[in-house]
Formats: sequence, C-alpha cells, structure tokens
Amino acid sequence: MKYQSQKVALYYIYGALALFAAQILFGVVAGTVYVFPNFLSELLPFNVIRMIHTNALIVWLLMGYFGAAYYLLPEECETEIHSPKLAIIQFWLFMIAAAAAVVGYIFGIHEGREFLEQPLPIKVGIVVVALMFLYNTTMTLLKGRKTAVSNVLMIALWFVALLFLFAFYNPSNLAVDKMYWWYVVHLWVEGVWELIMASILAFLMIKMTGIDREVVEKWLYVMVSLTLFTGILGTGHHYYWIGTPGYWQWIGNVFSTLEVVPFFAMVIFCFYMVWKGGRDHPNKAALLWSLGCSVMAFFGAGVWGFMHTLSSINYYTHGTQVTAAHGHLAFYGAYVMLNLAIFTYALPYLRGREPFNQQLNMWGFWITTSGMAFMTFTLTFAGVVQTHLQRVLGMNYMDVQDQVALFYWMRLGAGVAVLIGVVLIVWSLVVVPRASRAATRISQPAE
Amino acid sequence: MSERLTKSAARNIFYGGTIFFLVIFLGLTLHSHNYIVNESSNSDQLTESVVAGKHIWERNSCINCHTLLGEGAYYAPELGNVWVRYGGKDDPEGARDMLKSWMQAQPSGIEGRRQMPQFNLSDQELEQLVDFLKWTSEIDTQNWPPNEAG
Repeated sequence: MKYQSQKVALYYIYGALALFAAQILFGVVAGTVYVFPNFLSELLPFNVIRMIHTNALIVWLLMGYFGAAYYLLPEECETEIHSPKLAIIQFWLFMIAAAAAVVGYIFGIHEGREFLEQPLPIKVGIVVVALMFLYNTTMTLLKGRKTAVSNVLMIALWFVALLFLFAFYNPSNLAVDKMYWWYVVHLWVEGVWELIMASILAFLMIKMTGIDREVVEKWLYVMVSLTLFTGILGTGHHYYWIGTPGYWQWIGNVFSTLEVVPFFAMVIFCFYMVWKGGRDHPNKAALLWSLGCSVMAFFGAGVWGFMHTLSSINYYTHGTQVTAAHGHLAFYGAYVMLNLAIFTYALPYLRGREPFNQQLNMWGFWITTSGMAFMTFTLTFAGVVQTHLQRVLGMNYMDVQDQVALFYWMRLGAGVAVLIGVVLIVWSLVVVPRASRAATRISQPAE
Repeated sequence: MSERLTKSAARNIFYGGTIFFLVIFLGLTLHSHNYIVNESSNSDQLTESVVAGKHIWERNSCINCHTLLGEGAYYAPELGNVWVRYGGKDDPEGARDMLKSWMQAQPSGIEGRRQMPQFNLSDQELEQLVDFLKWTSEIDTQNWPPNEAG
C-alpha cells in the first residue's frame, strides 16, 4: 500500500463481507423453504426472504466495487483520494441505508419491482451515496495520472449511477415498465458491470503478473469494446415476450449469442497474462480467484447464458429453473469471484502483512466454487424437466414442482456447502493469524 | 495481440463503437415504446382500476414468488396468463370469482405445500388486482407462454 487514503477501502471490504454472509444465509433459508414449504411461512414469507437474498447480493457487490475503486485509484492515479473523510461518511450512509432497507423488508415496507424493491427514500439515499462516491473518485482521477484501467472503471461507475435513475421511472403500462426495467438490470450486469470486471482484472494482472501496462490496457479496451458492442443490443434477449416487437428476436439471437465472446476473451486474457508474465507473486490465493473468476464467469454468464438465449429455445425455457441456474452461476462467477479476488489481493497490503491464510482461503475457493457448480447443475436439471413437463406437455405448475423435488434437495445440499465455503473465505480474510509476519517493507510490485 | 492495433486505436474503437450501438439501441427502444403503447398493449383499456391493481401487485411484492410474463421468482405459478388459465376468456365472471376466492382462502396451511400469504385485500382491491391480471393477459407477447400452464 503506497497511499494512506487507500485504507478507506477496508470499511467497504468488511461491510461487503458482512452483507455477503447475510446474503448466503438468506439463500440457504430460501433453499430450505423450497423443501420444507411450511418453514417460516407465517413469520417470514418466501417473497421477503428472496428480496433480502437478492438485494443483499447487489448491495454488497456495489460496496465491493466502491472499495476496489478506493483501493486502486490512488495507485493508478498516483495520488491520494480527494477526501478520505467523505469516503467514510459515504460508507456509513450506504451501510445504514442497506440495513434500513432489510429491516423494512422484514416489516413489509418495500416497493414491488424485482431487485428495485427499495422504498423511495432509500433509492434517493443510494443516489446520494453514488454522487458522493463519483465526486470523490472523479476529483481523484482529475488530479492524478490517467490510465486506461482508471478511465474504464470510472466510466463504468458513472453509468452504473446514471442507469439506476431508471429505477425511479415506473410507468403504469406493465410492458413499458418492463422494457425500461431492463435498462437498469441488463445494462448493469451484462453491460457496465462487465466493464468494472474487466478493469479490475486488468489491474490485478498488471500487479500480479508484471506484464507491461501497455499490453494489458490494449487488451482491456478490446475486452470492453466486445462487451458493449454485444451487450447493449444483447438486451434484445429480454425483449422477446414482454409485448415488444418481434424484431427483437433477431437482434437478441445474434447479439446475445456474441455476448459469450467478451467472457471468452477475459479467460484468454487472464491465462495468457499469467503464462507470459512468469512472475512468482506471493499472493497465490488472489491469483486463483482472478483466474477462477474469468473461467466461472465464462461458464455461468457465457455458456449458461447462451444455453437459453436463442428465442426458439427461450420460448420454452423462459422463467423456469433454467433461468435460476444461469442467474446463480453468472453472478457468482463474474461478480462475487471478482470481488473476492480484489479483496484477497488488497487485504494483506491494507493491513501491512504478508499474504495470510492462503491455504484456508483456497479451500474456501474450491468448496464454494464446487458448491455453486453443483447447485447450477441441479437447477439446470430441474429446469430441463420443468420445461418439458410444463412448457411442452402442458402439465400444471405445482404438479411439475413435485416432480422436480429431488433437485431442490440437492440444491439445498449445495447451498450448505457454499455456506461452509463462505465461512472459510470470510474467516481467512478477516482473522489474521497471530504468527503472521508484518511485512517488513511495503512491497509494491514494479509495473 | 497484434502490433498493428495501438492502444489509442483500441480506445477510439471502444468509444466510437459504443456510441454507435447505444444510438441504435435507443432508437429501437423508442420505436418499441410506441409499438407497446399503440399496438401490443391495450392502452385504451389501461383504466384507473388496472393501474391501481398494478400498485397492489407491487405493494405486496408478488413478483418475488410468482413470475409475470416469465420474469420474477420461480417459486409460484406464472400469472401473466392466469386469467386465461382460469377460463376468463369464456366466463369472465366465473374466473373473477375464482381468482378472488383463491386469494381469500390463503394460506392453505396444508403440510408440505407451498404457502401463499394472506394479504388481507379488500373486495375493491381484489377487483383491481384481477383487472390488472386480465389486462396483462391481453398484451401481445408473441404467443408466449406456449400453453395455458404458463
């Protein structure tokens, strides 16, 4: 760690990890309700459990991006953060807003559009938080060195905030509502979030492989070009069946198929850099998370996305457990693993230690990743059976659900494995062993 | 990567291409917006009651169990075509009564069966919610879902 103000990232990393734990806990509860439907049904209905599960995920991922930005911008811009104090105030405001939202959800205070359930005052709070963040980071960027990594990251974060403004637009016409709802949801996760992913991976590759910045940044521009050239019109795959014109089937088929390409490029990029770089970076766990992120994102977002993106297939699979399978692995591979990669990389520097608890962290990696993979397989099987029985044979929804009950048991098992893995990961990141040596000097890799 | 592609060229391709695709996308969504309002949804039947029903749908977060036009949670049946499934096309009064009494009878309390909460909606609210579901079932969705099971 070169710059004192990078320390504010610690708040965000710890806050993100706390919400991560909550997200997984509520996920396991939701998985339990699937097999014991009467569990908590009077006290905490499924819709509230799921709302907390998804919202906690989104908030902790955003919190992780904020933390990552506060960590890497000083190094990229070669200057201190404009106002560390503002960054800390921003953190607490965000954390309080998130906590207030969760408590409100439990008492039935929420809006009703999926993922955008935050009540209006909380939404306004999120915008205020975003503005504080963008002011602080943009001022930092303007006074310092401008690199491709920081440029792409900041463009992405500006668009995250701008696109969120569509959350305030709730037209009376359901079809219009759905169309703009995807402006937030799709253009985030299959658009600008991928830019955040590519730029953070580029940063990690520069730091850990020792490959020349010029090479990495050229790759970065190619990857983010591929992302937006395919991803923007790829929104079409959400416009097949919601009242939008039929031409979206053509556009969605072509462009969302191509959405696999940037994910594949990120796999090639990460492995090629590590192979070419040949530097023996001491933080093996961070390297594992970085490589794992590119691979699992390729499978979860790329392969599992492509599996049901063609309109002739999606006509039958739309809104079945196939979608759930894809959603779980895509979020895990692309964004959960990305955050854990940068956390694992940054924490030893932030705490002035040599990389610590690497074995435990890597056990967490393998257990969680295997758990998520198995969960994805079970949900995929459930979805395929559901598609055939319900969409092809026309069997009643609840009867079909009884037929796939076995898969929900296996999903719960996978979920418990994920929970165990997450406990290991959080433990390995937060609890520094007493024996761990303080870094004798600030070891900053050359570029 | 090829030496012929410089970093600044890659950057310019990124900016230029993004603007190009964004403009196409915005144009197409503008067209789609008009298409929805004028053709695929019955805007003229978007009554106050339907709009009120949409807000009841949102206030009770129905989307976090059910799907609506395939979007939402996957814990409970698709409701975009529930009006059709309940026979609303042939017997609107019958379908309306069945939907209302279904919601009033929840939760079933049956062991081992998924439970829908009791939302304590007034008769007027139930009417509005049914109006919303009926209106939704009449959106032209390119013939989705494939059958009445939803």
